[in-house]
Amino acid sequence: MKVSLFITCIADQMYPEVGESVVRLLHRLGCEVEFPEGQTCCGQPAFNSGYRDEAREVARQWIRAFEGSEYIVAPSGSCAGMIRHYYPQLFEDEPEWKEKAERLSARTYELSQFLVHVLGVEATGARFAAKATFHPSCHAMRLLGVRGEPERLLAGVEGLEMIELKCKEDCCGFGGTFAVKMSEMSEAMVSEKARNVAETGAEVLIGTDLGCLMNIEGRLKKEGKTVRVMHLAEVLQKGAERR
Amino acid sequence: MSGAGAKAGDKRKLIGSGLKLRAKDALGNAFLRGAVAFTTDKLRGGRLNAMAEFGNWEAWRERGRAIREHTIRHLDYYLSQFAEGVAKAGGHVHFCASADDAVGVFMEIAGRHGAKLVAKGKSMVSEEIHLNEHLAAAGIKAVETDLGEYILQLAGETPSHLIIPAIHKNKAQIAELFSKDAGRPLPPETKPLADYARARLRSIFLEADIGLTGCNFGVAESGTIVVVSNEGNGRMVTTIPKVHVVVMGMERLVPTFEDLEVLLNLLPRSATGQKLTSYVSLITGPRRPGDLDGPEELHVIVLDNGRSEQLGDPVFQEVLHCIRCAACLNVCPVYRHVGGHAYGGVYSGPIGAVLTPLLQQDMAEAGQLAYASSLCGACWEACPVKIPLHDMLVHLRQRKVGMKLNPPSERAAFRMYKKVFANVKWFRLATRSARLLQRPFVREGQIRKAPGPLSGWTRSRVLPALPERPFRDRWAELKRELYGNPADGGKGPSGSFDGGGDGR
Repeated sequence: MKVSLFITCIADQMYPEVGESVVRLLHRLGCEVEFPEGQTCCGQPAFNSGYRDEAREVARQWIRAFEGSEYIVAPSGSCAGMIRHYYPQLFEDEPEWKEKAERLSARTYELSQFLVHVLGVEATGARFAAKATFHPSCHAMRLLGVRGEPERLLAGVEGLEMIELKCKEDCCGFGGTFAVKMSEMSEAMVSEKARNVAETGAEVLIGTDLGCLMNIEGRLKKEGKTVRVMHLAEVLQKGAERR
Repeated sequence: MSGAGAKAGDKRKLIGSGLKLRAKDALGNAFLRGAVAFTTDKLRGGRLNAMAEFGNWEAWRERGRAIREHTIRHLDYYLSQFAEGVAKAGGHVHFCASADDAVGVFMEIAGRHGAKLVAKGKSMVSEEIHLNEHLAAAGIKAVETDLGEYILQLAGETPSHLIIPAIHKNKAQIAELFSKDAGRPLPPETKPLADYARARLRSIFLEADIGLTGCNFGVAESGTIVVVSNEGNGRMVTTIPKVHVVVMGMERLVPTFEDLEVLLNLLPRSATGQKLTSYVSLITGPRRPGDLDGPEELHVIVLDNGRSEQLGDPVFQEVLHCIRCAACLNVCPVYRHVGGHAYGGVYSGPIGAVLTPLLQQDMAEAGQLAYASSLCGACWEACPVKIPLHDMLVHLRQRKVGMKLNPPSERAAFRMYKKVFANVKWFRLATRSARLLQRPFVREGQIRKAPGPLSGWTRSRVLPALPERPFRDRWAELKRELYGNPADGGKGPSGSFDGGGDGR
């Protein structure tokens, strides 16, 4: 199966090792991974800030990059959600582009969604002895309906003990430009999230979206907490490499 | 029509003082944050239990949405049917375009009856039109009889939640207010405090010239007013005084009793997790000959005040579907930390963030509320009639941007974003430059103090530095390792890929 990696700008630029884990994981599970080099960003920062025209031009670049793709997989529910939910409406007045947007959005998946529903995989052969907790990301849950897929994949990891996170479905306060524009509100939210993470006693926090993870990790570090923060793909891949 | 008449001037000033300032105030108030989190946690749990116990929640929700959509789409028809029903039952309907009109109608009724005392049931619309201030100015005493509202009246404050108006107060603060009113110390315990309010309010019910209530639903087929409450004050206010005045938003209708049943199942479960509120009062007309109680006159003030502006709007008409259950407030992580007053208007939480700028037709000041959300979508998920509040917030931001109300620096930044991110060559160049520019700020792979717009981030969080090579610069090697070099017949190299070793 041919899979195009939608790296997302944040993984590309800030967390390349997560991108690598995604590629190795998909490769190990039998996918032929390719990386469309024309991709930059999905346009969400502009779209969510109300700059629809700017978002549309960036979206065109994304569509051009992925035009020939069969399956598109992103290590982010937020970026995949942008394509799935908002691309078709972004091109409402341009039938030709709308058609492309709809075709591609139907092929776009968040990683855990793709593993569980397309590949039909839950046991990825990983082993990772640690106490961990999981933060489900808002857009994966609410825009894509990812409910329990990451947890099912984590349940298949040998040696991993999962601890439930209090108020886990509350937003961590990232929200892209929200964290910058409304930094005080965002700070209050991420402080509570970091406190709840610390209270689990977990050694590792696992998530599916790097925006959220960067935010929570940034807060944990500021508070001098030593909780390790990992993307789901790293747990599933590095846990198998170590075997 | 003007949503923000001169009489609403105080609220406008509040909004003018800035969302950020109000939020900062709230964030520094540990009492408030503790009290709001405590109560919303209880309400969240109650709602989830009630949904699970009821079963088929999504199907009920879809029915609720469909009823609201149908009603609002045919609002003109149902308003006229409702008005006929009220009149047929012997009541009077007053359609009011603005807050000032509604206040004028109320004053006219009060004047005609020489009213000196008004007993008020809970009504957010009366807050919206600032009725209490107008009554006070006219020398008419208004007493709130809903316990939460009564507490706030003693404190000289406004509601900070749609259904739990005093959510931001804890028991100790309430005991302090009541003790001051009583002139003797009262303990910070629920029962003695409730007993005190009950005794105080009893005489108000008996002496009031006018009873005022809101309206949860108006049933169009019969002209019936539906009031749900848990304290029984609503029943007292609508039964004892000689005149009953209802103030309601024009969108508060349901076509039939069959539709009402659906919404009465959704409302209390979403609001407090109750199957049913303690009281559901259905009022059709004033007292009839032979009735033992009930008002002699019934007036229904139907308020527009910016609502009809949303009719026909492809995006915002749906905001009129709201049934004011406050489930969106209870799940909102922003509301949880800043409480209701930070929103600066009568309606708070995600629904308030959408409704306030629309009703006030004020994108410059009230429009700031569109940014009081991380767009997490919890409000949409909790809404019993599926209003996509998170999408509406984005649309409000678009409207604000379209009106060029955002700072020029922000507009320039997004123009730059477009230029850079819509072209992969520019993108490569820009991200390479960023790696050079970040150097003075990086210590051990981290940025602890960033300049400019990122300073807010690093005040409370560490920012990871950009690693030397982005993923796209590593791809060629990774591809060669996994899939081999097409030139050597697809055989992969023997050496393993060096992951770069930076980051986490």
